[in-house]
Amino acid sequence: MSVADITFYCFAIVVVTAGLFTVVSRNPVHSVLWLILAFLSSAGMFVLLGAEFVAMLLVIVYVGAVAVLFLFVVMMLDVDFAELKAEMAKYIPLAGLIGVILLLQLGMVFGSWHFADSAQDARAAVAPALDQVHNTKALGLLIYDDYIYLFQAAGLILLVAMIGAIVLTLRHRTDVKRQDVLAQMYRDPAKAMELKDVKPGQGL
Amino acid sequence: MISADITVILPEIALAVYAMAALIFAVYTGKDKTAGLLVWTTAAAFVVVALWVGFGGQGTQTAFNGAFVDDAFARFAKMVILLSAAAVLVMGQEFMVKRDLLRFEYPVLLALSAVGMMMMVSAGDLMALYMGLELQSLALYVVASLRRDSARSTEAGLKYFVLGALSSGLLLYGASLTYGFAGTTLFSGIITAAGDHGLSIGLLLGLTFMITGLAFKVSAVPFHMWTPDVYEGSPTPVTAFFATAPKMAAMGLFARLVHDAFGNATHDWGQVIALLAVLSMFLGAIAAIGQTNIKRLMAYSSIAHMGFALMGLASGTAEGVQAMLIYMTIYVAMNVGAFAFILSMEKDGKPVTDIAALNMYSTTEPLKAAAVLVLMFSLAGVPPLVGFFGKFYVLKAAVDGGLSWLAIAGVIASVIGAFYYLRIVYYMYFGEATDHPLDRSANPVLWAMLMLSAFVMLAGVINLFGIDGMAAAAANTLVN
Repeated sequence: MSVADITFYCFAIVVVTAGLFTVVSRNPVHSVLWLILAFLSSAGMFVLLGAEFVAMLLVIVYVGAVAVLFLFVVMMLDVDFAELKAEMAKYIPLAGLIGVILLLQLGMVFGSWHFADSAQDARAAVAPALDQVHNTKALGLLIYDDYIYLFQAAGLILLVAMIGAIVLTLRHRTDVKRQDVLAQMYRDPAKAMELKDVKPGQGL
Repeated sequence: MISADITVILPEIALAVYAMAALIFAVYTGKDKTAGLLVWTTAAAFVVVALWVGFGGQGTQTAFNGAFVDDAFARFAKMVILLSAAAVLVMGQEFMVKRDLLRFEYPVLLALSAVGMMMMVSAGDLMALYMGLELQSLALYVVASLRRDSARSTEAGLKYFVLGALSSGLLLYGASLTYGFAGTTLFSGIITAAGDHGLSIGLLLGLTFMITGLAFKVSAVPFHMWTPDVYEGSPTPVTAFFATAPKMAAMGLFARLVHDAFGNATHDWGQVIALLAVLSMFLGAIAAIGQTNIKRLMAYSSIAHMGFALMGLASGTAEGVQAMLIYMTIYVAMNVGAFAFILSMEKDGKPVTDIAALNMYSTTEPLKAAAVLVLMFSLAGVPPLVGFFGKFYVLKAAVDGGLSWLAIAGVIASVIGAFYYLRIVYYMYFGEATDHPLDRSANPVLWAMLMLSAFVMLAGVINLFGIDGMAAAAANTLVN
């Protein structure tokens, strides 16, 4: 076993374990932390594959932004996770059965897995050779040239997500007071306040 | 290269640009005050794009290295999708205004969803398939929970979202297995890699997972659980939309995936789809019997109809695809009429969905009751109405494809299903007299759609308006 193999198995075991603990851990904050560990280990696996740009993206976007956002949401939402878990426990026997069946099926598939004869060539044909262009450039060529259609479609999906978030959460309330900067600036001091000369010892 | 590609997808680009322009226009002008205007312009945009696609396109063209396919099949499906979306959009306007639900984002989201549906039926690549599907579904999740202060509506949206995400996950897992085997996501590449002598087990599992994901989208049994709750909880115009255009899009995508990517393995997926079909037909027919809410009833009705459409697909022949297209077109036309009626069901200005409210409806509004009678008979598949011909085509395709047992099961299920359609007719004509009938709706759009749909069910008997020829041409470009 080479060093790369050993590293791969280390990362793989960490990903699976962290994924398991994300699901079973009692404290939701711990779940998010386990999730971050899973992201970091998958970034390590991408480095092993030679896809260092994707690895860095995973660290910056998923660990840096998405996971932290998750953490905020988990801490701000008042969800009784213990109650949710108790509800879930009722379905565990059935879910476990389905899980075991799926696992057996997948075992059968991967036991007799073989690739199509043309698969290796087809996979290699899409991307330029690694020794000619580096990672980032290769990705750029693919995304903005070959896959421009899919890239733009992904943009539309994000637009829908944004519209959806606004439609479902934004409320135009009429019963709240808002700050009107112009009204504040144009307010006439003479009308708004009155100066009184209070003599010592007399009061108003 | 890129300009040639763009020419092919110009209708999609035009609709997407329209949606964005409408959004900007509404945000910078009257906000929700422009919603009524946008509903009509969006419907007009749908009709224009439908005519453009239907009459402008010629032959088979691919764009973006095969990720997008424009052929007769895609054009047929797009016409049905866009025209039904336009009809449903204008039908829902009054309902939405009355309940203070008409936001300007509603037509914009439906337009973007229509773009997604057009991408779905034109997909030539697993990634393009997924992008179209997500664009379509994400917009629908939002409109399902549009009535956000109602627990029912938010529950519908959330349920749809969670189960939709689950089904997308299954679909993606199947797609990744397929990619792992074939080394390419292009349908044309997958069919070459699969070869002529049976699927390898990895590809078979990938195919099964993808069919599962798509069965969720078309609400075929056993992946139908979300349908009644989502139909009941969503605002009725949104339910009407769910029951029409997205169903056609998902069916089109289904047909394209199994024929374009797995066309050599007809036997492998044929049996899976046949099972889905027979379960859907029976569950849809039997579970609807106990329903008293007309929206839930329409949900089970759509499950049963999806079973019949899948029966056409299960035969694995060009004739089967033709039957599926004809069936879906007729189904969509009937549903537009049925929902035009459901949208007009009101008592004292409040919407009612209980079918007992229809008691002796024929005495107050004989003409509308007669139109509903025609639609219900057509939905049940009673000859000589058009709905019967839809069933006839799929049954014939199943028999010719060697699935006689499926055709027999279909006939039995359709007889069981006829009960609940005819029960509505019974309530309208022979129900108990009531002193509190439904309001007399004066909405001209709903009236026109109901009458048009009923008229189509009667007049289409002559030659089905020629759609069987168009569907045959569309099916032949797909299967070969």
